[in-house]
Amino acid sequence: MLTKRIIACLDVDAGRVVKGVQFSDLRDAGDPAELALTHGRAGADEVVLLDISATYQNRATLLDVVRRTARQLFIPFTVGGGIRSLDDAAAVFDAGADKVTVNSAALADPRLIGRIAHRYGSQAVVVAIDALRVGNGNGLHFGVKATGGRHATGRDAVRWASEAEQCGAGEILLTSIDRDGMRDGFDCELTRAVVNAVNIPVIASGGAGAAGHFVEVFRDGRADAALAASIFHLGITPIGELKQELQTAGIPMRWPC
Amino acid sequence: MIAIVDYQAGNLASVKKAFGHLGYEAAVTAHPGEIARATKIVLPGVGNFEATAALAGALQEAVLRAIDQEVPLLGICLGMQWMFESSQEAPKLRGLGLFAGECEKFPEAVKSPHVGWDQLQLTGTPRLLRGLPQDSFVYFTHSYRAPVVEATVGKCEYGGAFSAVVESGQVFGVQFHPEKSGTAGLQLLRNFCEL
Repeated sequence: MLTKRIIACLDVDAGRVVKGVQFSDLRDAGDPAELALTHGRAGADEVVLLDISATYQNRATLLDVVRRTARQLFIPFTVGGGIRSLDDAAAVFDAGADKVTVNSAALADPRLIGRIAHRYGSQAVVVAIDALRVGNGNGLHFGVKATGGRHATGRDAVRWASEAEQCGAGEILLTSIDRDGMRDGFDCELTRAVVNAVNIPVIASGGAGAAGHFVEVFRDGRADAALAASIFHLGITPIGELKQELQTAGIPMRWPC
Repeated sequence: MIAIVDYQAGNLASVKKAFGHLGYEAAVTAHPGEIARATKIVLPGVGNFEATAALAGALQEAVLRAIDQEVPLLGICLGMQWMFESSQEAPKLRGLGLFAGECEKFPEAVKSPHVGWDQLQLTGTPRLLRGLPQDSFVYFTHSYRAPVVEATVGKCEYGGAFSAVVESGQVFGVQFHPEKSGTAGLQLLRNFCEL
């Protein structure tokens, strides 16, 4: 049976893993290559590295980090942040990534998704969506923000996910800005709305704080994968224990692995 | 030396890196001459079946000659699908036809692509999977699948059964990515190197 995936995320700034709350207030959490390997050994099904400073700064540091991280890692490795063109994506693939995430540049020009998919296959293109709750009750919907959550786009997250799929995306990485770093649970409503709108895997992100949150997002949110950062880096929830708990709760897991 | 056939279908560096990690020398090449000299051949590849058009001609001949000479050949993902007769993904192209049948899209009832860690059901005692327990988890990512045939030695269930591992003589194919399947995948590649 296809298992639900637990993905360890490394938010990288200037070559170091950092962790913020609601996309700001960054703190150092270690070396990306070392952490990736540690998480892989602990049972992470994938590793995602997001260059959170990339929209501003140069790429050389990132490519070096990607190369170092990929060297010892024999599980899927996704890299994102600041990928604006096919050439940017190619550089990251050459450095050892298996997939890339595109976000702001795809919002500006959705054809970028197809260009990367045409060369590397849809399975290698993950469209990252940073979503924010707008309104409530019957008026609740989810807006899309660009450039690391800083700029409104006027787009609706559910519709954008569907458009991204049509453009050739292989997966959606869906982050709730409201929940990012709060450790009070994933946004299951947001996740379910996007899952119901697309036929490609959806990775839920933002808000992981305890095993119960993962059970909720797999069961109620119907996510295919769930991503977390700080609870793994800081050892709050060891991946092995998390997977065991999820398995006990009846969620299919790659465990033991 | 292990030749990794380069036909511009996705990221071959990770396959080369995995062999390097195991202590085996591998070269990414598109030269038929180099393939002819190889002690083992790997046909990797991700993406659209159309990419296999680049194999037609000299590369295909080099691969067929190697099969005749019983040089071990491993097809990974798209590389394995090319070993079948054809694929719905690019109906005008022909595969190698080493295995019967056409690769087809997943049914509507399941999400496609099939992405993630899924389990192998071994139906024989594949040499490639020596040391791997029944129900091992491996990493898949594909939108088309190969049918279950006589040469199938490992199956996977996702909207129905499909070939996850095929084996016939010195010809091997895997639908999943051993270079991305953690310790189980590395064991498989080691078994291939030790053939």
